[in-house]
Amino acid sequence: MEDNVVLKMQGICMTFPGVKALEDVDFTLKKGEIRALMGENGAGKSTLIKCLTGVNKFEAGEIYLDGCDAPVINKSTMDAQNKGISTVYQEVNLCPNLSVAENLFIGREPLTRMGTVNRREMNQRAVQLMKQLDLEIDVTQNLEDYSLALQQMIAIARAVDMESKVLILDEPTSSLDDKEVAKLFGMMRRLRDKGVGIIFVTHFLEQVYAVCDGITVLRNGTLVGEYQIEELPRVKLVAAMMGKDFDDLAAIKQEGSGDKQKEELVIEAKGLSHAGTIKPFNLDIHKGEVIGLTGLLGSGRSELARAIYGADRAQTGTLKVKGNEVKIKNPIDAMKLGMGMLPDDRKAEGIIGDLSVRENIILAIQAKQGILKKIPMAKQCEIADKFIELLQIKCASRETLIRQLSGGNQQKVILARWLATNPDFLILDEPTRGIDIGTKTEIQKLVLKLANEGTSLIFISSEIEEMLRTCNRMAVLRDGTKVGEIEGHEMNQMNVMKVIAGGEQNE
Amino acid sequence: MNRKKINGNNLLLLITIALFVLMYAAGCIVYGSKGFANLQSFLNILINNAGLICVTCGMTCVMLTGGIDISVGSLIAMDCMFLAVGMETWKMGSQVLMFLVLVIGVVFGLVQGFCIAYLDIQPFIVTMAGMFFARGMTAMICTQQVSIVSDKFFTGLSSMKFSLPFGGYVNKKGILQMPYVRITVIVAIIVVVLIFLMLKYTRFGRSLYAVGGNQQSAALMGLNVKKTKLKAYVLSSFLTSIGGICFCLNTMAGTTTQATGLEMDAISSAVIGGTLLTGGVGNVVGSLFGVLINGTISTLVKTNGKLISSWSNIVTAILLCFFIVLQSVFAKVKEKK
Repeated sequence: MEDNVVLKMQGICMTFPGVKALEDVDFTLKKGEIRALMGENGAGKSTLIKCLTGVNKFEAGEIYLDGCDAPVINKSTMDAQNKGISTVYQEVNLCPNLSVAENLFIGREPLTRMGTVNRREMNQRAVQLMKQLDLEIDVTQNLEDYSLALQQMIAIARAVDMESKVLILDEPTSSLDDKEVAKLFGMMRRLRDKGVGIIFVTHFLEQVYAVCDGITVLRNGTLVGEYQIEELPRVKLVAAMMGKDFDDLAAIKQEGSGDKQKEELVIEAKGLSHAGTIKPFNLDIHKGEVIGLTGLLGSGRSELARAIYGADRAQTGTLKVKGNEVKIKNPIDAMKLGMGMLPDDRKAEGIIGDLSVRENIILAIQAKQGILKKIPMAKQCEIADKFIELLQIKCASRETLIRQLSGGNQQKVILARWLATNPDFLILDEPTRGIDIGTKTEIQKLVLKLANEGTSLIFISSEIEEMLRTCNRMAVLRDGTKVGEIEGHEMNQMNVMKVIAGGEQNE
Repeated sequence: MNRKKINGNNLLLLITIALFVLMYAAGCIVYGSKGFANLQSFLNILINNAGLICVTCGMTCVMLTGGIDISVGSLIAMDCMFLAVGMETWKMGSQVLMFLVLVIGVVFGLVQGFCIAYLDIQPFIVTMAGMFFARGMTAMICTQQVSIVSDKFFTGLSSMKFSLPFGGYVNKKGILQMPYVRITVIVAIIVVVLIFLMLKYTRFGRSLYAVGGNQQSAALMGLNVKKTKLKAYVLSSFLTSIGGICFCLNTMAGTTTQATGLEMDAISSAVIGGTLLTGGVGNVVGSLFGVLINGTISTLVKTNGKLISSWSNIVTAILLCFFIVLQSVFAKVKEKK
């Protein structure tokens, strides 16, 4: 192995049932380097880390670790730890019912001569360790008595104390405030100077540029590239993560769809938020307008929509629908106000596999009417047939079970479900994901047609071109915050990406 | 710094102890004339429940990991029948039989623990199978009641009295009687002390808490979760076998219906003693007091003489509800913080 390299992963492949999670991924980490591992949700960051720490078994590829001659295969987290790879996970993975000191030392407690746990020494060492992080806390108290941020610091302290060669920090900062982040960075730099290689997974772009030396970018389970921090400015990083070549971002002009801003307001959200998912935001939507929500996966696009729809009950702020202030406690309230939502995870939240196409279509109207006023069978069939025809749903009959349909057709059935309720306002979360190009275009056309007929829509998609084609206005989200709106002629891929990347423009 | 603040879990234990003291004091005042206030009646609670105390210690360890073991009652029946038939029919020595009972306990626990920890089967189902199996085996050994009369060593152990040097009282005949305990009480107390120390001061003990607190975290922190769970069930069955011997020393017989529902007594004692069914919280001191509270209730009902014994079930039920509500209130308060 070359000098200075502490960890080298080569050609890692890994499949989950039906999905290629990692394909031929390389990763190199030098001694005394902080390397960011970047990628959108689902890019394979966590999977790669889990392969390294022995949680997941990978099918092909090799891992070389400094000090080991042969390729390393970690059988368990413990195994990885013993070889000098320690990990801090995004969720605090400690035991809330044990004391701070025990959490720091469990599994490797100092023992007395009798072989019992030496509590006094353990507590003393815990206090010392905490002092290194400028934390003065009572280490004999239970972990659950401390804030989440402190718990996270304790988890990091545990990993640091393991004298590791490689330290993995998997989104450790999501629960920390600025001061705590600064403390953490100070510690990371100290460790780097001691020669520890650090893998830093985060979705905060600012933090990457604040502390990292190098960046490795993954996308869809493949390696995009390994870069030094200087060679990859923010906008290029975002482009790499999203898979757009920065140079050929030709602006796609949108068809003139008229000025919808003068139309009446359908939705006025002021300061809506849901703790932990979306920070307070304002959003106005006019009649017949299509608003796109964009941002990296996990930036809060779906969460914003869910807060409006009541799927996650908004905890602050006010919401006006057609000028009247309303309280939406759950999706049923939203439906009664004429809203509909097509969730992004249609397997989990949308289709009911063992019901027929007809029953799946009727579901939302029936729920809106209340379960007692059953819609007559003849009417049900009429509605079902109408939408099967209109959306060209390919199914043997309206009584076919929906799980026998293809993904695209399932998607159309759910769309039909909401269209059947004649919504004034429809949220489409990734309506075109995983379906073929022909159906995609059909759905895009349908969105435009609905808008022309006066329906207001929120359209969420990972494909920027698609949104540029269909939306009148786009709201951009980053890290759970709405950071800007783009409209009219400013709507082009480059501008969108710049807002997504945020921060000062490096070029 | 050194003095630990009273948190919800300590408070639960304090409430349990306070409740026991209160209940016992009330009993002394109301039934003092019927001899309830004598030290001996307290010791009798210990004597009657020595086996249950051992079983509850094991149950507590299993519950700390978030599991449950409902096979204990049947296992005790099997142990007693094995001892009784072994001594009376097979004419084996009681020392050998007692040793074999302990071995059976370990093997029983190994099988159950293996299914739960390594095959990932629900503890409830596995130990329910264990429950049926042990109860069935009891009848396979013998369907009749077998009394132990012939083994000198065993009857000697059973009738052994350890008088206390204090607390004597003069009985109706005017003879000074010293309060005494049986050997089973001494065994039970040793078990409680050992398990208490184990839970507090050994890696295995702390691992039990860690596994119950958050199994995934425990695994990620490098603990061997499966092995810990396996050991917990082995320990439970082993302690149950010790409890079974104590039980047999009390009853001096084996029957097929012995110790029916004892698993529920053990679970309720542990819960009243502050052990959470979800795991991670509890200790054997609480469990000991849980057993004592249950024992006090039934003694009170018996001392009263007019009440039917079902009253003790009803009071236990009320207490259980009280403690479960209390636990969930503490959990809610904690969440809000």
